[in-house]
Formats: sequence, C-alpha cells, structure tokens
Amino acid sequence: MADVTHALGVRAKAGPRGARPKPLFSRRNIMVYGTLGLVSLYYLLPLWVMVVTSLKGMPEIRLGNVFAPPVEITFQPWVKAWAEACTGLNCDGLSRGFFNSVRILIPSVICSIAVASVSGYALSMWKFRGSEVFFTILMIGAFVPYQIMIYPIVILLRELGLYGGLWGLVLVHTVFGLPILTLLFRNYFATVPEELFKAARVDGAGFWAIFFKIMMPMSLPIFVVALILQVTGIWNDFLFGVIYTKPDLYPMTVQLNNIVNSVQGVKEYNVNMAATLLTGLVPLTIYFISGKLFVRGIAAGAVKG
Amino acid sequence: MTQRPTRLFRNASSKLALVPMITITLVVFVGCTLWTVLYSFTKSKSLPRLDFNGLDNYARLWKTSRWLVSIENIAIYGVLSMVLSLTLGFLLAALLDQKIRFEDTFRTILLYPFALSFIVTGLVWQWILNPDFGVQHVVRGLGFTSFEFDPLYNPEIVIYGILIAGLWQGTGLIMCIMLAGLRGIDEDIWKAARVDGIPMWKTYLYVVIPMMRPVFITAIVLIAAGIVKVYDLVVAQTSGGPGIASEVPAKYVYDYMFRGQNLGQGFAASTMMMLCVVIVLIPWAYLEFGGKKRG
Amino acid sequence: MHSIQVKDLSLNFGAVSVLKTLNLDVAEGEFIVLLGPSGCGKSTLLNCLAGLLDISDGEIWIKGKNVTWAEPSERGIGMVFQSYALYPQMTVRGNLTFGLKNAKMPKDEIDKRVARAAEILQIGPLLDRKPGALSGGQRQRVAIGRALVRDVDVFLFDEPLSNLDAKLRSELRVEIKRLHSRLKNTMVYVTHDQIEALTLADRIAVMRSGIIQQLDAPQVIYNRPANLFVAGFIGSPSMNFLHGATVDGGRAFDLNGLTLSLDGYEGGAVGARPKAILGLRPEHLTIVAEAEAGRTIPAVVELDEPMGADSLVWLKAGGVQVSVRVPVERRMAAGTAVHLRVDIPKASLFDAGTENRI
Repeated sequence: MADVTHALGVRAKAGPRGARPKPLFSRRNIMVYGTLGLVSLYYLLPLWVMVVTSLKGMPEIRLGNVFAPPVEITFQPWVKAWAEACTGLNCDGLSRGFFNSVRILIPSVICSIAVASVSGYALSMWKFRGSEVFFTILMIGAFVPYQIMIYPIVILLRELGLYGGLWGLVLVHTVFGLPILTLLFRNYFATVPEELFKAARVDGAGFWAIFFKIMMPMSLPIFVVALILQVTGIWNDFLFGVIYTKPDLYPMTVQLNNIVNSVQGVKEYNVNMAATLLTGLVPLTIYFISGKLFVRGIAAGAVKG
Repeated sequence: MTQRPTRLFRNASSKLALVPMITITLVVFVGCTLWTVLYSFTKSKSLPRLDFNGLDNYARLWKTSRWLVSIENIAIYGVLSMVLSLTLGFLLAALLDQKIRFEDTFRTILLYPFALSFIVTGLVWQWILNPDFGVQHVVRGLGFTSFEFDPLYNPEIVIYGILIAGLWQGTGLIMCIMLAGLRGIDEDIWKAARVDGIPMWKTYLYVVIPMMRPVFITAIVLIAAGIVKVYDLVVAQTSGGPGIASEVPAKYVYDYMFRGQNLGQGFAASTMMMLCVVIVLIPWAYLEFGGKKRG
Repeated sequence: MHSIQVKDLSLNFGAVSVLKTLNLDVAEGEFIVLLGPSGCGKSTLLNCLAGLLDISDGEIWIKGKNVTWAEPSERGIGMVFQSYALYPQMTVRGNLTFGLKNAKMPKDEIDKRVARAAEILQIGPLLDRKPGALSGGQRQRVAIGRALVRDVDVFLFDEPLSNLDAKLRSELRVEIKRLHSRLKNTMVYVTHDQIEALTLADRIAVMRSGIIQQLDAPQVIYNRPANLFVAGFIGSPSMNFLHGATVDGGRAFDLNGLTLSLDGYEGGAVGARPKAILGLRPEHLTIVAEAEAGRTIPAVVELDEPMGADSLVWLKAGGVQVSVRVPVERRMAAGTAVHLRVDIPKASLFDAGTENRI
C-alpha cells in the first residue's frame, strides 16, 4: 500500500544523495518512461528519415519505405547536394548558400550583439529620463509582425544604397535582433549589484571603462547565450534573406527551398534530404554542443520577458 | 566643476551609446509601421504613392477568397497550436519533472527540432507526408490498402499537415519554459500537498498550474507571436497549395508586396496582421502590468 | 577646518522629497555616523556625498572645494559598500589597483600603496586570489583596502558590516575603529545598528524622513535625546515613556494622580504643561519593596527575561508596560507588586505636543 502511494502520489523529490525510486518496473515508471520513450521516438523520426533517405539511391527510394534503413549506402546525394544541385542558372549546389550564410552570419552576429549589449547596459545602469519609454516601444516592436515593416525597409535600404547587398541584410538582422537581445542584456545587467557599478564610478571608471573592464568580463555566459540565440536565429532566417538579398547572395535556407521546391526536372528525394540535413547541420551542431546554455538562452529570453 | 551641468549633457556617453537603439526604435519600429499603415489607405500598386482611396484596400481584402482562406487557416492553426502546445508542453514538462533518469537526454531530444529552421522542418515533413513514399505508403504496405493520409495533397486537411510540423518544431520550447516554471515552484508546496494527502493530479491542477500563471502567460504570448509570423513553414511545405488551401496571412502579404505588384493590398493585409497582434497584446499587457498594480 | 560641508542640500525624486534642506559640517578627522531606520535617507545622503546621486539643490564642499557637480572619482573620497562590491573577475590586487590605473598613476607608486594597504589590513597573502575565494570578513577588508589605496581624506562607509555574522561584525568594528585612530581621516559611516553607532562615532547624526533629528556625541544622544523619536530609536530595549503632566510650576510630574518630584532634572525650565512625557531608560529605574513619597511609582511584575549579564523585568505601571534592567540574580515572580524608584536626574522630559525635549 505504501508502495502504491509512493509510486502514484509523490514525486520522490530527494536530493542527489537521496535514494532513486526503488522498484524499477513499477507502474509509475513504466508509464513515465514508456510515454517519454514513445514521444522521443516520434521526435527523432524526422531526423532518422532525413538521414536514411539521404543515404539511399533513387531506385531504392522508389521501391522501399521512407523509414527503412538503406540497403546500399551511397554518399552521392550528399556530394550532389553540396556541389552540383541547381537553382536557376547556378549549378554549384548548396555550397554557395553555405558560404553566403557564413558571410551574412558573422557580421550580423557581431553587430547585433554589440549594439544590443551596449544598449542593454546603458538601459539598466545609466537610466535617464525617457530611456524607459524607448525601451517599452522597442519591446512592443518585438511582437509586431515583421510584415508591416518589410516594405518601408526596402525603401530605406535602397536610399542607403544597401538594398540587395550583404550589408543591407546585416543591418536588418541587427535591427530585428535588437528587441530580444536588448531585453536579454538589460535583464542580465539589472542583476549585477548596483554597488559594483557605484564602486567602479568611485574608482574613476566612466561609461565605456565600466562596460569593457567590469561588466563584459563578468557576463561572458550571457554573451554566449546571445551568440547561440543569434547564430541559430540568423542561420535559420528565410524571410529577410529572400526579401533583402539578390539570388547570388541568397542564404542557405533560401537556396535549399529553391532546390527542393523547384518545379523543373525529376525530384531527387535523396539529394533533397541531404541538402536539408546539410542546412540543419549548423544549428544542430550548435545545439548539441551548447546543451544547457541553449536551454538557458531560450529560458532567459522567454521566461524573463 | 562647480556649475550644474546641463541635463542633456550629463552622462553624455550613455546617451550617445543609446543613439543606435533609439534611432532603430523610432525609424524602424515606429516609423516603418506608421508608414505602412498610412500607405494602406492609398492606391499604391507596383510603386507606393500617396493617392488615398480610403478603406478600399480593406474592403477588397475582405472580399478576396485567398485572404479569407488565409484567415480561416491561421484561425484553425492558431487555436489548435495554442491548445496543443500548451497541453503537450505542460504534460511533457510534468513527465520530465518526475526525477527521472536520462532527463537531459529526453530534453535534448524534445528540444532539438527547435534549433532547426522552419524551412528544414517544412521540407522534412513534406517528405514524410508524401503519399507515394511516406506514412500513407508505408501503412498501405503493411496491408491496410485503403488507408488514406495525405494531408499535403488534400485541401480539406492540408492545414493539419502543417500543424503537425509546427508542433513538432515548437512544442519543445514550450516544454522547456514549463519545466523552468515547474522547477521554480517551492518544493515545500509538494511536501505540504503530500502531508495534506492531496493526489498528484489535483496538486497540479489546483495548486501548481495557478502558481505558474506568469509562465503560462509567457508561453501564450510566445505561441501567439509565432502563429502570426507563420510563413516559412508553409512556403517550404506546401507553397500555399494545393491551390490556395494552405495560404496564410504572412504569405499573402509577401506575395502581394513582392510578387503581385499590389502594394495597397499587401499594406492593408499587414496592417490587419498588426491589428490582430495588438488585440492579443493589449489583454496581455493588462494582465502583466495592470495586474501588478492591484496586487 | 571643515572636512565636509553640506549646505542646504535637498533631493527630490519627482514629487517625493528624500532629503530636506539638510546641513552638516564634519570636522577634519571626525568619525560621523549617520543612523536611522531604513528609508530615512542616510544612505541617500552618503551617495550624494560620493557623487553617485545628483542632488536637487544645495552645495557639497569637501576639503574647502565645492564638489557639488564633480565626478565621484574627483571628490577625494573612498567608499566601502555593504555588499563589498568587489570586481569578481579581478584578483584582490586588481581590485585595489583598478582606480589607481584609471587615474593613470605610475606603477611604482601603485605598488607602494598596495603594499601599505596590504600591511595595514593584513591582506598581503590574499593579493593574488579572486574575491570568490575569500571569506566575508576578508572581502570587506579588501573593500576597505580599495578605499585605503586611494589615499583620500574622506572615507564613506555604506553599512559595511551588515552582511557579516555577529561575531565577525564586532571584530571588524574594532578594526575600523583602530584604522580610524591610525589614519586619522574623516569617516562618514551609515548604519542602522545603534551599537555600531554608539561605539564608533565621534558624533552621531540620527535621521528620520530626510531630516537630521539630532547631531551630537553618542553619550549625549543616549542620555539627552533631543526628541521622542531619537529617545525611542536609541537604546535596546527602548526607553519607557510615561504620559502625564508637569505640575506645581514644573517641579513635579503628575502621573494619573500620582506625583513624582522633578527635583534634580537636568534640563531647561520645565514649567507647567498639561501634556508631557517622562522618558526613563530601563537602567534608570530601580525595583524597591517600599513606596517612597514623590520618588516611586507602584508596579506589578509581568515577566522577567534573563539576558546573561543582567535581566530585564517587564512590569505594568500606570497602565503602560515598563521594562527595568536588574542584576541577574534577582528573579521576580509574575504578579508581585513592587515599586519603581525613578532616577530623575537621568530622565528625559518631552512636550507631548512638539515631541521635543524640555
């Protein structure tokens, strides 16, 4: 009886030193692990399908089913996806999009984090009359659909001579990354004890000295969080890439979509899946390497907001 | 310095440092929004021009079947993804919160789709749901020859096909937020409930969930913001097809602005989108900020 | 010469007035404690002195210089904070030298000053550690060192001992006092702890609602509180207040028909006042068995609290609760009827209307 109440009624909230729930095959355990196992299978399925499809030849795909592992493993689809697949007139595969994405990513990440971290710092530690008003407007801006701003931005970029180029897109990513990143940095710097800031001022440090010598070194984790957030966000962007760049500068996501959804020629599903996997590889790698920081990043960006 | 400095130049560096942020806020977030709203009342076609035609664009918009389909789709997608994301996200979080082994592994598996773009998500589900090779084909191969499941080719249910992909991508995030919320609950609450002999499901329903109100609000706002922006997923998975069966407002806006040469329609549609968000945002702001004053 | 002069300082946050035309002169080498309940403006005043808050009106002079609008680092002050506020990513040496490096001081001068501070505070072995590896007491020593290396005339302390446990607190209190007698510079020290105030200060400024209530030597503050607030705030347990009237031309105190002679009261002309308050510290009452005309009031014991060195007896006298400090050996049973002899020369009389001392 005690066992049943233990199994059903209570989470055994013991600390790390505490005993694990004793019976390994209790009803509760079978339910919990069974459900989680099934859900995990469902979540992993698409990844599995992507991998196996990309390793099959087309004849095997036409005969077999999508879930079956490949009989004959071939890397030809990967080679083709990377170097030979065609979009429009270019037939140099996804590699072009990959390098475009890298060229877009690096300056965008640097610019957006630079602007946002300084803004967040100024907003949390050097408040002045009216600064909160701008911050509130910025936060509202984070929720307004991009669609309402995209066209006037085209005009602005054209006036600046940046439309269709790399730096125009960098600017757009900086602008749209600003609300969430500023919030992230502002909230983080707000947790830094005010007395530390006061001590630095008594020590004669000014705005920039406090930022570079005191705040930045002690907030590396939040910079990493911002980095993860921006790298995945910018890498995965489709809308801005398709609007603000020209075809030979298209980022990887746009090029991927053009390859897979092109209406010309015979559909090569294995090449498509290889291309899809290739595109997903960068954020997936970051996700698996960063682990808990990724979770912390979205939790910090989301829950505190 | 013995003179009182002018207010404007006190801490000048900090104000200078905020110039980019303030410029962006005013020019893009305020300026561009107002620009679009203003031009939504004009006869702009392939080029924007200030030739007002009142509410004509809106009148036409609400007579366009493609827009009506888009609205219907986003309503179905929105309601279902809101309800399902919250329910599944919470249930999964509660399961993961049972002091289980391999918690990190399970969490990693449930969250990884969130790292992937909507384009990748859309394309992989397009493949899985392909009737000739995917789920339908496999199930028929098992002997159920009359089995039919081809959401991406059936206008009646295509939006559910997109929903499956959207949930797969986004539920992990909601689960993570819920899990953070559950972890934030004082363990003494569980002890107290245990001492009082309250069953676990009742504790969740009557004690824990009400305590997690702010977390739920955050999750709702995030899901809502995501719903309005749904675009890439549809583009990748169905391109709006079959026919116009899976069109969504964001795609309508893009197509009319950049393909259809009908800017007025695009502006009106995007203004409608913003209105929807404002309708969601105001109650939220009231709950978040108005509520605190009372408490 | 004045070390610090505060002239008509006011500070408003919007419509809220935090400091109200405040004046304060601090002599050179003086140890001033700003004491008061939370929200009284004592920390705010210190932050104004440091230049961390912009004041609304008035002037601040330090060492004969008007520093009202000077940057904190240009005021010739050092500051020690409650949370230590050490830079976590720097070593102790880095913490000590950060300000000096900002001032572009030559390296050998920096080294000399760090060595001196390390010697005075005995933190030499800690110089290459990071703050995270230090105990609370060590951290506060480093924080004091950071003020010390600046070689300034004025030290500002913002509740420096509040984050420490009781034992460490009394140790560091002694150390700060020793530091002051060695360095002989001006110190302004904010605390809500009256023991710290009474033990450290040359003069205490008791504050309430942005106004200095009384500025005087500790024993004056304790024995001759200027008003009811100061009398009630200083001393633990707090002063007993008996409400009554002064009669007989101010020669006696009438407590519900019971008359106490005011012979020997040290104060101004008392005069006859229909509403007055007699303030008596617990140690200025003695429990006696027999009534003495004009010198005692009857009381009933309610409970006693042994406190180690002595014990506190709580009684009911004249309808109010009264505490009396007695030698520990005397246990009093509840319900015992006794009399309290009043030490009038040490008592304080207040006007019930103005709440000021008579």
